Amino acid sequence: MEKPNMQVIEEISGNDEDFKKNLLEIIKKEFSKEFENYNHSYLKKDFEEASECVHKLKHKISLLGFKEELQKAALFEKEVKKGNLELHENFIDTLNKINVYLYD
Amino acid sequence: MKCIIVDDDETARLILKQHCLNTSNLQVLSEFSSAIDAIKYLNSNDVDLIFLDIHMPSFSGFDFIKTLSKSPKIVLTTSDKNLALEAFEFKNVIDYLVKPITKERFEKSFEKVVSLSKTEDSTNTKENLNKKSDYLYVSVDRRLVNVHIPSIYLIEAKGDYINIKTDGKNYIVHSTLKKIEDKLPEELFFKVHRSFIINTSEIVDIEDNSVVVRKEVVPVSRSNKGILMDKLNLL
Repeated sequence: MEKPNMQVIEEISGNDEDFKKNLLEIIKKEFSKEFENYNHSYLKKDFEEASECVHKLKHKISLLGFKEELQKAALFEKEVKKGNLELHENFIDTLNKINVYLYD
Repeated sequence: MKCIIVDDDETARLILKQHCLNTSNLQVLSEFSSAIDAIKYLNSNDVDLIFLDIHMPSFSGFDFIKTLSKSPKIVLTTSDKNLALEAFEFKNVIDYLVKPITKERFEKSFEKVVSLSKTEDSTNTKENLNKKSDYLYVSVDRRLVNVHIPSIYLIEAKGDYINIKTDGKNYIVHSTLKKIEDKLPEELFFKVHRSFIINTSEIVDIEDNSVVVRKEVVPVSRSNKGILMDKLNLL
């Protein structure tokens, strides 16, 4: 099972610690909002909107070093639009891992 | 080089801005979370480069490109790997960056933009030089006079001088037919006789051993007649 990590963020930040700190702050801020938006769309069964949310969350998933989960999220982005929720649980698992990693 | 960043994702904008800050000769003029705001900005500001997200709510990057009246260079940014083919259908799209954008990939992309700009500058310079070569400076009464080459219809040798006849004026210049022949475009001018060069686009008609250029009858030497006929668009 993949775990979130800082490898991509470290690579982008170089040695700029201020930038890294700032980037993490913004990722945290956007992630919680995007996660909330996804849940909201899912609950109201607006799958078009849910797909848009998955698209936005893909960037955060890739920034936190997930590779396989990113591919699954890309597939889910297409499938959820058609109402196929098979990958929903897996997607939520990934988001929960990120949530724990960012906020604990 | 002046650029703007258009992306609804704040994280993506921050990363791009950081890469731009770390790149010499690249200045971020502004950043936009909305494509509409960026279009308004571009209506009154010139930029050289746009970093543009393809996937934005209500107005995609592709829609955005279609609205542009000017065509600055565009580097598309996206989380989708599968839109590259569509992206490169737009002639001003230089590169396609998949998020998250690493420093190394950004630098390669900017090198591509700079390299293309240099090629375009070089082409523009050559075009300007070609335009300049439409003119010839001749020495008349100790002054250098600018003569527009396509306006010359006939040049006649007279001893140590040549008489350059143009639309508006004739110029008597101390020179030879050989010297001026080397300065004239071959596709337009032809030496029909040892004493005459004509502008072939000004020929009115051709008889056995002469050609009428505007209202002047000019002799054609036997040896040059065949070459002249080859240059003309004969039915």
